[in-house]
Amino acid sequence: MLNERQVYERLNDVFRDVFDDEDIEVDASTVSDDIEDWDSMMHITLIGAVEDEFGVRFKMGEVSTMKNVGEMVRIILDRA
Amino acid sequence: MKELQYPFDCAYILKKKRSIKKALLSDGSTRIKKKIAVLGGSTTGDIVSVLELFLLQYGIEPQFYESEYNAYWQDAMFGNEELDSFAPDIIILHTSNRNITETLSMSMTKEEVSEALERQYSHFEVMWEKLKEKFGCSIIQNNFEMPLYRLLGNADTYDYRGMTNFISRLNMKLYEYAQSHDSFYINDINYLSASYGLEKWSNPLYWYMYKYALCTDAIPYLSYSLSNIIKSLLGKNKKMLALDLDNTLWGGIVGDDGVENLQLGEETPVAQGYREFQQYVKKHKELGIMLSVCSKNDEENAVAGLKHPDGWLSPDDFVSIKANWEPKDRNIVSIANEINIMPDSIVFVDDNPAERAIVSAQVQGVAVPEIDSIENYIRTIDRSGFFEVTAFSEDDLKRNDMYIANAKRAQQQASFENYSDYLLSLEMQATIGDFEPMYIARITQLTNKSNQFNLTTKRYTQAQMQETFESDEYIRLSGRLSDKFGDNGVVSVVIGKKQGEELHIELWLMSCRVLKRDMEYAMLDRLVEESRSCGINKLVGYYYPTAKNKMVKNLYSDFGFEKISEDEDGNAVFELPIEGYEKKCSVIKY
Repeated sequence: MLNERQVYERLNDVFRDVFDDEDIEVDASTVSDDIEDWDSMMHITLIGAVEDEFGVRFKMGEVSTMKNVGEMVRIILDRA
Repeated sequence: MKELQYPFDCAYILKKKRSIKKALLSDGSTRIKKKIAVLGGSTTGDIVSVLELFLLQYGIEPQFYESEYNAYWQDAMFGNEELDSFAPDIIILHTSNRNITETLSMSMTKEEVSEALERQYSHFEVMWEKLKEKFGCSIIQNNFEMPLYRLLGNADTYDYRGMTNFISRLNMKLYEYAQSHDSFYINDINYLSASYGLEKWSNPLYWYMYKYALCTDAIPYLSYSLSNIIKSLLGKNKKMLALDLDNTLWGGIVGDDGVENLQLGEETPVAQGYREFQQYVKKHKELGIMLSVCSKNDEENAVAGLKHPDGWLSPDDFVSIKANWEPKDRNIVSIANEINIMPDSIVFVDDNPAERAIVSAQVQGVAVPEIDSIENYIRTIDRSGFFEVTAFSEDDLKRNDMYIANAKRAQQQASFENYSDYLLSLEMQATIGDFEPMYIARITQLTNKSNQFNLTTKRYTQAQMQETFESDEYIRLSGRLSDKFGDNGVVSVVIGKKQGEELHIELWLMSCRVLKRDMEYAMLDRLVEESRSCGINKLVGYYYPTAKNKMVKNLYSDFGFEKISEDEDGNAVFELPIEGYEKKCSVIKY
């Protein structure tokens, strides 16, 4: 069973890969404004990479209403 | 870079595109710069960023103009300052069935649907014409993928009111335009989406959420397809398949199992696979792709295997057969030297991963597809797009035979003591003169793929070549050469720009298949003749060194030009006064 700590660890790696920045640390409160290059195009790449990492698919409504990384983690934990 | 080689991991490319780009840009290779405008009818963001990776991999450094979201038509029809001053070399029109505006209904008559089709088509045609008039550059247009749903079920494909039928007819009109217009190319997303799986490709989530006309995971396939068209336009197609034999062209080891026990023919599933693969390989000859053998075998066994009665291939199909026990990387290089092509224009096909690893590590730029099992060979090679056809000339049909005639010439040469006696014995005939319209495709193709005997390595799209052809500022020569062994077709191109009484030679190139035949002297004789009749009294030649064109470093000096200047990179300028020039070529009649 995947626990929350593991999800954050793997998620952190995905963020680092996508933004090509080894210094990124995400937590539950991280939002797009916290990461300089997190624009709408990068958001699409990020969602795809997260889905791929955890083998989950977000539903349309979820992607548009997700407010921070914490919500993303909750959906992953529910579904993975 | 392995990550960008077919079959690729789409999710990986999308995720790591930033670091892949960094790695490509820092690998120290030199690239040609091209300006590409992407005019989209849906989101194009990642299509462009992944296209950039594939182009960098092909040795092309693109600079992009990207239209605002869904502004393709406005940009094309009315222009804007940014696009106009960008002056693209290539325009990509990324549209999809999301950009089809006509709607159909069951109450429409056949005529009404045809009118709707005409309206829909002209929406696109006026745009191509406008772009051509304004930029005169190459245009790449997506065709249309099949619709997401079929209101009429199966009848949707044949009933004139069905959208499937409508899109098929629209596509046919695109193809007719492509057939009758130069510098216009179709990016076949209809095939790509079918191959990928239409249901996944057209998953509407990506349209509703991001306004992408395809699912993001399929983007690398789309971008790869575009990059293949572009690299082909820029003369970066591969030219030869170098093939291993045992377990590549037949199942089994000919030296151990004997010809009669090879898996090749109709007897078993595996045998059928190899037979179909041989047929696939053989068809490449018609495209002007050369075939050679690179195999660890005794030559007599290799030849015996190639004479297998159930195989499509025979020893005559190959321009070179290297069946020996030398390391394969050395054999690849010696095949390249023999035929006078660069090793990086070869695709090496071998079932053995160890051989593939050696060749790809030792021979820079050679393509080494990762084939695994016979039922996948064709797909892996085919989808890699090594030989993407954007121009096809008569010469392509005959190329393999021309090289085989070359081998005969080499035999004859051995029987002459004096080289000029040998040249005379060839009974060479040249036709040298201004371009002829029917040869523009061949001239462009030759110009873009000649690397070695090429003084300036200037590249032209077909549209630019056409423009040069129509301008009176230039003296243009193309040369054909034939001899008693066969016709070599168009083998040399020279373009000089008239400036007062000087002619500045912007392009001088020759196919390496006619090296050491004195054809370059015949071209010079003719150039001087033409120049005189235009009141030119001085030729100015340029040599720009590249990694590949050392063989012509001293060409102008050998011609008797005087070197005027040379910078630290070796770029040199030469001059030759025309007065007192005497004909140099005596072995070719023209």
